[in-house]
Amino acid sequence: MQVNEKKPLIVAFCCNWCSYAGADLAGNNRLSYPADVKIIRVPCSCRVNPMFVLRAFQRGADGVILCGCHPGDCHYTSGNYYTRRRMAMLFSMLDYLGIEKERTRVEWVSAAEGAKFAATMNDFAQTVAALGENKRLEDLRCKR
Amino acid sequence: MQKITRDVLVEKAASLLENGTVDRVLGWKKGEFDYDLTPAVFTSADDLKDLVWNDFCGANFSKYLIANTKKSASKVLVFLKPCDTYSFNQLLTEHRFDREKVYAIGIPCEGMADISKIKAVTGDGISSIECGEKINVTTIYSDDTVSFDLSDVMAERCVNCKSKKHVAYDELIGEEGDVIESGRFDEVERIENMTADERYAFWQNELSRCIRCNACRDVCPACTCEKCVFDNPNHSLENKAPATSFEEKMFHIIRAFHVAGRCTDCGECSRVCPQNIPLHLLNRKFIKDMNTHYGEYQAGAEVGSRAPLVNYTTEDVEPGDVFEGRE
Repeated sequence: MQVNEKKPLIVAFCCNWCSYAGADLAGNNRLSYPADVKIIRVPCSCRVNPMFVLRAFQRGADGVILCGCHPGDCHYTSGNYYTRRRMAMLFSMLDYLGIEKERTRVEWVSAAEGAKFAATMNDFAQTVAALGENKRLEDLRCKR
Repeated sequence: MQKITRDVLVEKAASLLENGTVDRVLGWKKGEFDYDLTPAVFTSADDLKDLVWNDFCGANFSKYLIANTKKSASKVLVFLKPCDTYSFNQLLTEHRFDREKVYAIGIPCEGMADISKIKAVTGDGISSIECGEKINVTTIYSDDTVSFDLSDVMAERCVNCKSKKHVAYDELIGEEGDVIESGRFDEVERIENMTADERYAFWQNELSRCIRCNACRDVCPACTCEKCVFDNPNHSLENKAPATSFEEKMFHIIRAFHVAGRCTDCGECSRVCPQNIPLHLLNRKFIKDMNTHYGEYQAGAEVGSRAPLVNYTTEDVEPGDVFEGRE
């Protein structure tokens, strides 16, 4: 067994009402997704300040994924519409600065889509693993 | 050379001070050197002898109105160039000052000179500058005067001027201009067309010069929060951080994002940057993206307009699709 193999660290912000329940369903259905994915529950995807995403990258995340209710299904009516605009702008800016665009993603996962949740996480973890470590946004003070 | 003269402004200001319409005048005053004009408050006709109007009056006074309207018992007189009027409107939209306490005079602008372009030719030791038909520069290195045409040393933001139109004023000196089709997004496009590695190298080169003096934040008319996130010592996200790459990227991403949708593209951030970092390219990237995906929007063009990031439609582009058509 290789001990020093660096596994990608992925931070997933999941909205309480849809995606977190989706993750729950994935678990109940015994669908596996990588253990590298750390889920952070937020009340709504629009709770995610763009600084959270930057903070995650700074502290050593290799990829950040946001999951929320499908557009139109937000439990606060319009939260995810704002998320969509905000994150589109943020991701575009990160890409503009030369950060690999594959490291960021927004996916809409409903409470009934446990399978989609697992598939999304598997796919994202693979993509991020292929990119390797996030060197461009990390902060050495946060290195363990 | 600017179309109107200093005397016109002084005369106007003096008469308004005298008849009591205003009790404070915001204008430009000579700083340590002839070219670093500083914003100043004039409270009497006598003070106005120091008022300057020439090719270096870049400072945008809109933000100064927030503090000065509070200090004024009557009104504050402010001189606004066309690009300043957009910031003026944007601050009104955000209810940052009382419109009733401002007497705004729109003044035409032919573009402002960039001292770094002059210094690139003459060297740093400039002893005096006179602005007339041409900009005449004397240096400590010789007795000769070097002359520049304004068009040759114009600041980048003025070369790509977006508008000569005043969108807000009580009184206008000179003629009403028009909104201009400018090539202000050309440079953004050039960077977008690079590969990710080239873009990263470009920004590493630019942003690693940052000394975190916070001048870009302090001057920005959109940065008017009384408590700024960057002043929180426990925050650490935007602090100068040791990195394998370069240090100040978080600060600049956050700064640009905080003004996204509210930035009027006045270019003050790049003007005041002591390291000549092209910060406006970050702001323009956001403006360009919003124009592309959410429809044309110019912050400050009208009072009360709704910025793209506080608005939405059900048909918006998905975050994963903003990269479409790009490498």
